[in-house]
Formats: sequence, C-alpha cells, structure tokens
Amino acid sequence: MSAQPYRLPSGGRVDRSRPLNFSFDGEPLTGYAGDTLASALLANGRALVARSFKYHRPRGILSHGSEEPNALVTLRKDGGRVDPNTRATMVELHEGLHAESQNRWPSLGFDLGAIADVLSPILPVGFYYKTFMWPASFWKRVYEPAIRAAAGLGRTPELPDPDRYQHRHAHCDVLIAGGGRAGLEAALAASADGQRVIVADEQTQWGGSLPEGGEAVQQAVAALRSRRNVTLLSRATVFGIFGHNHAGVLELVPPVSGRDLPRQRLWQVRADEIVSAAGAHERPLVFADNDRPGIMLAASARMYALRHGVAVGRQVVVATCGDSAYAVVRDLRAAGVNVIALVDVRSEAECPDAEALRGLGVAVYTGHTILGTEGRKRISKLHIARVNSRQSIALACDALAMHGGWTPAVHLHSQARGKLRFDDALDAFVPAADPAGFRSVGAARGEHLGRFTPVRSLPTTADPETVKAFVDFQNDVTAKDIGLALREGFESIEHLKRYTTTGMATDQGKTSNMAALGLVAERLNRPVPQVGTTTFRMPYTPVTFGALIGAHRGALFDPVREAPSHASAVARAAIFEDVGQWKRALAFPQPDEDLHAAVRRECRAVRETGGIFDASTLGKIEVVGRDALEFLNRMYVNGFDKLPPGRSRYGLMLREDGYVYDDGIVARLANDRFHVTTTTGGAARVLAYMEDYLQTEWSDLQVYLTSITEQYAVIAVQGPKARSLIQPWLDIDLSDQAMPHMAVRAGRFDGIPCRLFRASFTGEIGYEINVPWGHGAHVWEMLCERGAQVGFVPYGTETMHVLRAERGYIIVGQETDGTVTPDDLAMAGMIGTAKRDFVGKRSLARPDLIAQGRKQLVGLLSADPDLVIEEGAQLVADPNQSVPMKMLGHVTSSYYSVNCGRSITMALLAGGRERLGQTVHATVPGGFAAARVVTPVFFDPQGKRVHG
Amino acid sequence: MLLIRCPYCGPRAEIEFRGGGEAHIARPIDPAATSDAQWADFLFFRSNSRGPHAERWLHAYGCQRWFNAVRDTVSDRITTTYKSGEPRPR
Repeated sequence: MSAQPYRLPSGGRVDRSRPLNFSFDGEPLTGYAGDTLASALLANGRALVARSFKYHRPRGILSHGSEEPNALVTLRKDGGRVDPNTRATMVELHEGLHAESQNRWPSLGFDLGAIADVLSPILPVGFYYKTFMWPASFWKRVYEPAIRAAAGLGRTPELPDPDRYQHRHAHCDVLIAGGGRAGLEAALAASADGQRVIVADEQTQWGGSLPEGGEAVQQAVAALRSRRNVTLLSRATVFGIFGHNHAGVLELVPPVSGRDLPRQRLWQVRADEIVSAAGAHERPLVFADNDRPGIMLAASARMYALRHGVAVGRQVVVATCGDSAYAVVRDLRAAGVNVIALVDVRSEAECPDAEALRGLGVAVYTGHTILGTEGRKRISKLHIARVNSRQSIALACDALAMHGGWTPAVHLHSQARGKLRFDDALDAFVPAADPAGFRSVGAARGEHLGRFTPVRSLPTTADPETVKAFVDFQNDVTAKDIGLALREGFESIEHLKRYTTTGMATDQGKTSNMAALGLVAERLNRPVPQVGTTTFRMPYTPVTFGALIGAHRGALFDPVREAPSHASAVARAAIFEDVGQWKRALAFPQPDEDLHAAVRRECRAVRETGGIFDASTLGKIEVVGRDALEFLNRMYVNGFDKLPPGRSRYGLMLREDGYVYDDGIVARLANDRFHVTTTTGGAARVLAYMEDYLQTEWSDLQVYLTSITEQYAVIAVQGPKARSLIQPWLDIDLSDQAMPHMAVRAGRFDGIPCRLFRASFTGEIGYEINVPWGHGAHVWEMLCERGAQVGFVPYGTETMHVLRAERGYIIVGQETDGTVTPDDLAMAGMIGTAKRDFVGKRSLARPDLIAQGRKQLVGLLSADPDLVIEEGAQLVADPNQSVPMKMLGHVTSSYYSVNCGRSITMALLAGGRERLGQTVHATVPGGFAAARVVTPVFFDPQGKRVHG
Repeated sequence: MLLIRCPYCGPRAEIEFRGGGEAHIARPIDPAATSDAQWADFLFFRSNSRGPHAERWLHAYGCQRWFNAVRDTVSDRITTTYKSGEPRPR
C-alpha cells in the first residue's frame, strides 16, 4: 500500500484489515488498528514530527514509550477538545484522530523559530539569567512577556474541557507496575494462591519489550485473565507511590464510538505489596547532531518493526556500545528491515557477535565512532571513523538506531522511599534494598540487561565547542552546555539540573539523566555515586489535571447545603452568600432596590412590625443523659444549675487557653435533656470538641451527644408584632406570663410538632420555631404569606447582622478572632463563679489574660454619621504620629443603621473601656476618620424591647 | 495518604480522620491547683519527637470516636492504634 511506504509487507501485530484515517498537520494519512500515532507516522515515512524546545531543531520520534522526549503533539478533537503535549508514542491510533505539531511557525517544515539554532552560540546555557538583568524596570514589562511568549511547547486549551474523567478506588494484595516478562511472572506467582492482584501496564499490548507477543506472553495473559482474583489494566501507568502503599494509576480509556466513556480513569489503589516491574530505559548515544529525525533508540526501531510492521528506514544503520544492539540487528533483518551497517565503539574483541553478523551481510564497524550526521528533515548520511582517526567514512542511510546501554527504571522504588545503590557493572543506580511492602523485579532491579561499555560521549576529533551533541533532547541540553555549567561552578547535580534544565519537563529525563550524570562524573573525574542523582518525584509520567479532579468540578466541586427556605428565597429574588457550604439569603431586594436599600427596608420593618428569618443553618446538638447538666457546666463558662426545664440561657464556650470558641443558646428541655445551638460555622467542630472532652477526659460522665442540625428547621419571627402573627397556629400560650423571654416550650405549630424558643438576636420580641426539617419550607412560606398582609418582611443575614450590631450582640469569628476573652467582650459577668472548673477557666487567670491594656469590645461613632468605616480598619490615637504608628485595635463590625439614623461601628480597642468618650482615628481610604468611643449598644440601651 | 486502623472500624483512608496532636497529655484533675508554669506546660508544650510518636486521631467521617496511634514521624508508619484510655504500648 503506497499510502504507507514504510509499512513492511507483513508482520507486526496490527490489524491490516482495519485501516484507520487520521491526519497530521491537516494532511490525511492512514494507519491500522493496533498502531500508535508514532508507528502510523513512521509507516507514512514521517520522520520530522516536531521542533525542539529551545533551538527549534527538526526532531523525530526517539522512542516507542512514555519516555519520549521529542514527539509531542497536540490532539484536536470536536467540541473544543484540545490536548497539548501528548506523546505520539502513547497515543493509540483511532479513526478521525487529528494531530498537530507544536512549537513551530509558520509550519513544521519551515519554522522561523529555527533562527535560534543559528544564533545558538550566543544562547548558551544560563542565557536568560545572564542577559535579562538590566534594567530592572524591564523585568516585568519587557523580559517576562517576551520569555513567556517564547516558552513552552504546546498551547494551553482555551475552552473548558468537555471530557469526563472517572475516579476508581481499589484494594488488592499485590499491585504490579509493568506487564512485561517480569511483571507477568510476578502476577502469575502472586495470584496462584488466590491473592487479589492488579497488573497495570502503560502500553496497549502486554509483554513489555517482548514485541513479538510470543506464546509465553499470550499464555501468561490468558492464564491471568482466567483468574477472578486478577485485574489486568492496560494503557494504565502507575505514576505515583504515596504513603502506606497508596498508588496512583492513570488509565487511558480508548474511545469507542457510540459509547459515552470517560476519557481517563484515575485509580487509587491500596496494596499490601507493590511490585515494580517497570523495566529499563535505553540510553541514546551522545555524538554530534545526534538529534536528526530518523535517529532513534535501537529497541524502539525493533519494536516498530515487530509490533507494528513498520520499517523505520530503508537503509538503517545501528550504532552501539553494548550487546543488545546485535539482537536488534538480527530481529530487524528477520522482519525484513534493511540494516546495512552496525557501528560499535568497542574494540573487535569486545564484540563477540560481530563476525556472525558480517556473515549475514551486515557491514560491522567495530572500534568506530560517529563524527557527525547530515540531513535536514531526515538523516541522510552518517560520518564514522575509527576511534582516534581523522579518516572518516560516509554511510548513506535514512535511519539510525542507537544503543547507549540501559538505565533501570527505579522511579517507583525511589518514590516508595527506597534507597539506591550504584552498580558499577551495570553503570546504573539500582535498588539498594526493597522498602517495606515494595519490591522491584526484572530489569527495574537491574536484571537481564544487555552488557555494555558506558561511553559518556562518543570520541571525536572535532573541537567540542563546535559540536551539538544532545544529552537531553526535550530541553535542548548538549554536552557542551553541561561542560559550561560545570566551568561556572554548578557541580552539584541538583544545581546543574536547574541551571541547564536537563532532566526537566514532561519526560523528566528518562533517557537523559544517566548521560548527564555520567558526563558530570567524567568531567569532574569523580565516581558516579559521588555525583549523586536527582530526586525521583511523582508523577512518573504526566497526569492531566482533569484526571486528578475527576468529577469534582462545577456543581460537584463542593457540596451545597440549602436551607428550607431556599426555593422560596430564590423565587423572591434573594441575594445569596456562601457561609461554609450553606447558601444563605443575604437580603430580599424588591425589584427597584439594591442590597443597601433592601437591608434598610428590612431593618426598619423588623423594628416597626416584624420580620421572618431562616435560622436553620445554626448548629444544633441534643445533649442527653444522667450527667448532661454536669457536662454542660464544664463545657460552658455559664452555670446552669439554676436553669429549670423550659428555660434557656445564652452560653459562651471557651477553648482551654481561655479564648472564646463558640456561643449559642443552651435550652433545658427536661432534667436530663438539653437542646444547645452553635454558630453556623461551628456546628461540626463544636460537636467534635464536646465529644473530645466526653470521650477522652470525662469518660465517666454518662452523656450522649447527637447532632440535630439537619433534623430541625428554625424559622425565627422577630418584631413587636411577632406574637400576634404566630399565636393563631400554636397550641402554646405565648403571653409574657406563660412564656417569658428565654422560655422554651414543646407544642404544635399548625399541627406540626415543634420546639418553640422565645429568643432574640435582634433585640425585639422573638420566637424561634423549630420544626422537623421537612416542614421548614411550609412553615416559612405560611409565615411569609400571612406576615406580608400585616407588614412583616422576610429578611436575610445582612439585616440580621445590622440588627444584632444595633444591640451590640457579638458574632463569634467577627468580634472574636481566637484571642478574645469573655472579659474583653464585657461578658465576664456570665461566668459561673461558683463553678470549680470549666474548660478555659484556669487560663483566664494566666498573666497575659488579666493584664491591663487588653483589647476590649467598644462601640465607635464616626464624626461623620454617614461614613461607614470599613471592617478591619486599624485604630490609632494620633493620626499625626510618625510611622510605624502604634495600632490600638481594629474595627470588627460596621454598618449603616437606619434605625439609629447613622453609621454604627464595633471595635476591639486597647484599654477600650477606659477610653469611653475619647476620640480615636480609624484608617479609611486616603487617610483617617475620627470616631468617638462609646458603649457598644446603639439601640434600645435598656434592652426593654425583648420583653415586649 | 495514610491508611489508619480505627480500633472500632478497621483500616480506613486518612481523609476520614482528623489529627488531634500528641496523646497522653492528661488535663490536670484540678487545674486551679496548677502553677502558671505547669498549666502553660500542659497547654502549649509538646515533645515534637523524632521517631515513634503517640498521637490522637478522630474518626471524624466514621464512628466519630477518638483513639490513639503510634506513628513514626520519620517513616510515617503507624505501628499500632488503640482506644483512648488504654495505656501507651511499650
């Protein structure tokens, strides 16, 4: 088929009866089912597939796996799906795939950015640091935008990702990373006696480096498939090992037309044992112009021929410093690939198989090195010479397969906190000892690897300063760059990595790290282990944010909690605010009102007639048991001994360090039963806090705590006419004699069982109707409808805040910040002095907590009654003092109060109660505003209105 | 993510739990009888040990029970967990 000129006439594990159409840079091409994008591009003779990062040099496919540094492409799909920086070697070909090359303009073949390659003598390593220094004013406006524009490979998608990502959790006895020979053997052994085994392999086909999919592989996979205790995941990479053998596995889900499958799956696997059978990475050789398209790793050339039936070239040369290349030559020839020569830098005596290959008709050059290559969009010529000789031989070729030795993939071992040991015979770091619950097998442990003689860079007679011999293909780092960095003093491998960027970016130096390390060791004349190695961190291969986020986006990003009145509030066009996960109505503006106007109207209405407020989000805890009273006496500052059933009291709770933790109402329903409320935000932590003391300090107390936050809806009715609004629905006598302020009664509201609190957070007569949550919406709506006829309004949290501030009631978390004592709030009077102990009592006697000059809660009245000082504004005594000024405190709450006819402010002020009547100055935009210190009660100073 | 064995529920993922700091720091029976220094020691001072560390955990999104664990602060391994009130394992 001429459309795929490099496809071998037979062989490979592709399905030639299923051609697939795809495109590359807009050109229609075909491949077969079983191809990767890389193998299909090679079959079509596409050697040039990318431009390099810094110099924009033409680049081809280097490898066949996840270590690929060069062949990064953008996948473009329908509906705005864009997937940049995808490794062509890891993309399974499918019908209609559209791939584009990156980092080139105007086209891959003619890229103006390649000027960087010509200018490379003035773009050495560290160029950015050395050049873009002066003037400093250029950093942000000139240099950074210019560098940012030039940086990066693919472009970030601009539209939201329309794909779906799935999360799976799994538990197993053994997780095996890698489905090559070692991984499959480990899986067979581990699963034989019924252990639950998961095998994950990043390739589409099992067998790892056994591309022929030999019978042994087929049998092993079939045996594993037949075992119910085995899960086989192909296209799945174990990318991270976390604490306690928790592994992250990213599975790519191939698209199936007509099915709505997730694009990727993130598996979180908890395994008793993790086995790394991750194999080894082949090293490239370092020589002049070793990055031309058509130059690739030898094992990859073999893989493309045997697995995909693709010849990587028509005249292939293999270059090596190790034995593995000889088998590659034999396999390539057997598959029908025309290998014309083998170049081995080792001497004839070190190359035992050389003569045999010559017998097959391959020109074998032992003791030869590579001086350079030619060819623009594909290698066309190779110049070799006997080591230390100037007499070069030119070999015409269109592909070069290179083998520079092996590097065991110890990444997962290192992530599992395993230590490494340098093995001189292997010239590589290998696992020193298996960490607990983790072991490496096969090539990942350094076993079964072909013998090689490490060569840091191939010997050459050329001036090393004129040679571009790439060590790190993805970051365009050459041997010369590493030499320069060393001369400039970057000898620590971690420094060198950051200065030259070698080993960074999407491939994390899988093919380049050992080459760089070896070069450094050689130049510094130190053994490799003394140079050390950089840290292997997760992820092993890139993981998309989409996979990590999974379904947790949009509406599912965080749970939303809705109060019973929510639907009604939405219908009434309420403005909402987020309070933790709760949606709370801030105010209910009329069509012609803004927020401020709505709050003023609501504030006025509550004090003139009445208002209805959904307080259901308050935390509620039922405290029951023989010792419930004793327990609450210990948890709150208040003494509850004299609190009879049917009555409630405002309660203040401290932390053990003496600072205010939470507040609420403690209502006694029966001798051994209390209903306590907490702040909305404190609901969960106050319960946990109480449980802590109950379980760990006072486990002798017989008390049971139950969260009833979501059992009871709370509709508050506040205002001078509150009683007359609700009385008709209640079977409870609301008269002041029968139900005074802070009384609690059980009864029925419109037939619904309710707990009725007479309580007020506004300073008006108030009732809080607690009904089962499911009835809350009904009660709310009924009250709003009937209330509207007599002047009641629904009101929101902003109005609630203003009304309570008018009366000087605190909000924990607003007037307090974790450093405020009851006395600071002028609430020391509610402390039960007769109590021997309660949480925080001892700390109230700490020297700092009884010191003079502590910040105390005061009111402020700004000189300009229309000025609302901002919350958080700092307070000073003298605005004309020199900076840094002495800060006396800050504003905690500040509103415009329509009921007071002016602004009102609460503040924490050093020695505040001694400054009553004085003037302080608050920071405002542009300067300071004067304010008079007053007692923090701005409305109904005698507090008479709550009693009716 | 740690795998923590709740003494009541068995092994569960760390996200179900909340840490509570060092264990076996008993609240003084009679706080009023403590000196400022003793009380400050109880409130603020912790061993911050390297190696085995007995610490409190709450199975917040499970049984809501507090219990103790011995975790190695170097390796992050949890050698044992036990109910609060039980003595620290030797």
